Amino acid sequence: MEDNILLRVEDLAVDFRGDDEVAHAVNHVSFELRAGSTLGLVGETGAGKTTIAKSILRILPEVSARICSGKIYFNGEELLSLSEKQMQKVRGNEIAMIFQDPMTALNPTMTIGDQVAEAILLHEKLSQAEGQTRALDMLRMVGIDGGRYEDYPHQFSGGMKQRVVIAMALACKPQLLIADEPTTALDVTIQAQVLDMMISLKKQLGTSVIMITHDLGVIAETCDYVAVVYAGEIVEYGTAEDIFDRTAHPYTEGLFNSLPSKAGSQRRLRPISGMMPDPAYLPAGCKFADRCPYADDRCRREAPATRPVGNGHFVKCWQRGTEE
Amino acid sequence: MSEYLQVQNLKKYFQTPKGLLHAVDDVSFQVEQGRTLGVVGESGCGKSTLGRVILHLLDSTGGRIVLNGEDITHANRRRLHTLREEMQMIFQDPFSSLNPRMSVFQLISEPLVIKGGLSKEEIRQRTNEIMATVGIPERMAASYPHELDGGRRQRVGIARALILNPHFIVCDEPVSALDVSIQAQIINLMLDLQEKRGLTYLFITHDLSVVRYLAHDIIVMYLGQIVEQGPAEEIFRAPQHPYTKALLSAIPIPDVHTQQNKILMTGEPSSPVNPKPGCRFCSRCPYAEEKCRQKQTAAEVSAGHSVLCWKAKDL
Repeated sequence: MEDNILLRVEDLAVDFRGDDEVAHAVNHVSFELRAGSTLGLVGETGAGKTTIAKSILRILPEVSARICSGKIYFNGEELLSLSEKQMQKVRGNEIAMIFQDPMTALNPTMTIGDQVAEAILLHEKLSQAEGQTRALDMLRMVGIDGGRYEDYPHQFSGGMKQRVVIAMALACKPQLLIADEPTTALDVTIQAQVLDMMISLKKQLGTSVIMITHDLGVIAETCDYVAVVYAGEIVEYGTAEDIFDRTAHPYTEGLFNSLPSKAGSQRRLRPISGMMPDPAYLPAGCKFADRCPYADDRCRREAPATRPVGNGHFVKCWQRGTEE
Repeated sequence: MSEYLQVQNLKKYFQTPKGLLHAVDDVSFQVEQGRTLGVVGESGCGKSTLGRVILHLLDSTGGRIVLNGEDITHANRRRLHTLREEMQMIFQDPFSSLNPRMSVFQLISEPLVIKGGLSKEEIRQRTNEIMATVGIPERMAASYPHELDGGRRQRVGIARALILNPHFIVCDEPVSALDVSIQAQIINLMLDLQEKRGLTYLFITHDLSVVRYLAHDIIVMYLGQIVEQGPAEEIFRAPQHPYTKALLSAIPIPDVHTQQNKILMTGEPSSPVNPKPGCRFCSRCPYAEEKCRQKQTAAEVSAGHSVLCWKAKDL
């Protein structure tokens, strides 16, 4: 294994069991994350982005979700084979996650300072006072005045709450931060502040980041590498430049064509027709074939292989890329 | 050109335990028939309240609303009932705005049933027509909202708004909850409908790229006031107000080569409760000085483009 690979996901597949059907949420996904870099997972609602992230932390709902196949190597250690106790040491300490809605991630009955301190004391042998000092430092680092240590979550605005959550997530200096739509619920000027802060903290602490978002603008601003997720598969993977300048997959192309900001002066957008297939009834061939303007018989019959289109740039499409 | 909707010095205040909340504060603008006015601003700036006051879903505290030459500010119940045929609303969340116990057909035909005076057959025919117009297949007439995806639900919301043939529609974040490919489908539909029916839209959104694409004119709101208004193209090309500039610079651009020079504002909006007389943005404004704490008046920078900032021309 290359030594600068922090995370390697191999052939990950996740099913959700319902009463009488099985939803194939993640379908044999493989990717790598280099230490210190930011990987964007972009795709629409229900594509499987969050399920991939939750599999890494093993926080999928136990009753319904099942990891059917795959290996997840983090620092060379295979996470799926760890005991729950060992996994607890990884969660929050080595890998942290932040969610879209900061309110649900905070305890409304605890001061924000104590919540940050709690995260630290859980993983490190420190005295109460040392924990509080560290928490205070973390709050200052995310731009929250130390005088607000004793305030409760409801006294904060959405943007400030998200800062608290980020302070908690980074408190133990994790090597990997998974950010699931961290700015989607925020206003655009507040989003700009939070993204700016995340980018500078990442540089300062050397944290690697998986950024989950549906916003291609956020991807362009924050990511080094991008994986485009559709119907539980990575349909295109490459550097941010590959994805934006040498877009290969018809789905990625469709995403860009749907953006009002890319439309220029033309009077109609060019949306992707139709909808993503139901994960309980996935088609046999390419999962995008029904919506794809380039699809032919082979696409409908046979699931496409992952094919190279350039150095480190891959696409899951019969119409693009070359035979290996 | 006819001014279809005129809003003059409109005010909406809410009494709160802490004092008077100025949700909409002395707002004036007009919209011409068949055009789209984009109302942009961040959470809490009063944009949704503005839409609701115009539709009389909330009573105004002061000012005038003139629709097609008729002052409807104090329209009585009876007139309001008929006004609802003229003006309608599309909501952001197509799930919470649709009754989960009603089928698609019942939801869409409900306004016709309430209006009354039509036979069952006429109602069926009009409902089927409007379903075809907004692209809901007839086989879905018996479906319930939970069986539909977000895009289809929003089409039901649009069909409901359109079935009485209104001329004016307040669209409150109609595509914000949708994925980008579905959002594009709905935007195209709304443009088609505007062209075919000559609809006038008041398009409320926080998404500046959507408003840039759809709107002819724009008003930018901050803490209940209009800080800048003018033609969309001009505001995006040459924003004048420091807030508009910061807002536009904050949009993440989907392009890896454009390095946007972001104007990062410090702090967050101050409270709309008992606001001070001066500029409401001045606590976050990088150019603020003493004179900004006095009452501001809007100044025209070019035809139809005005800004609420005395310093704007020197920035």
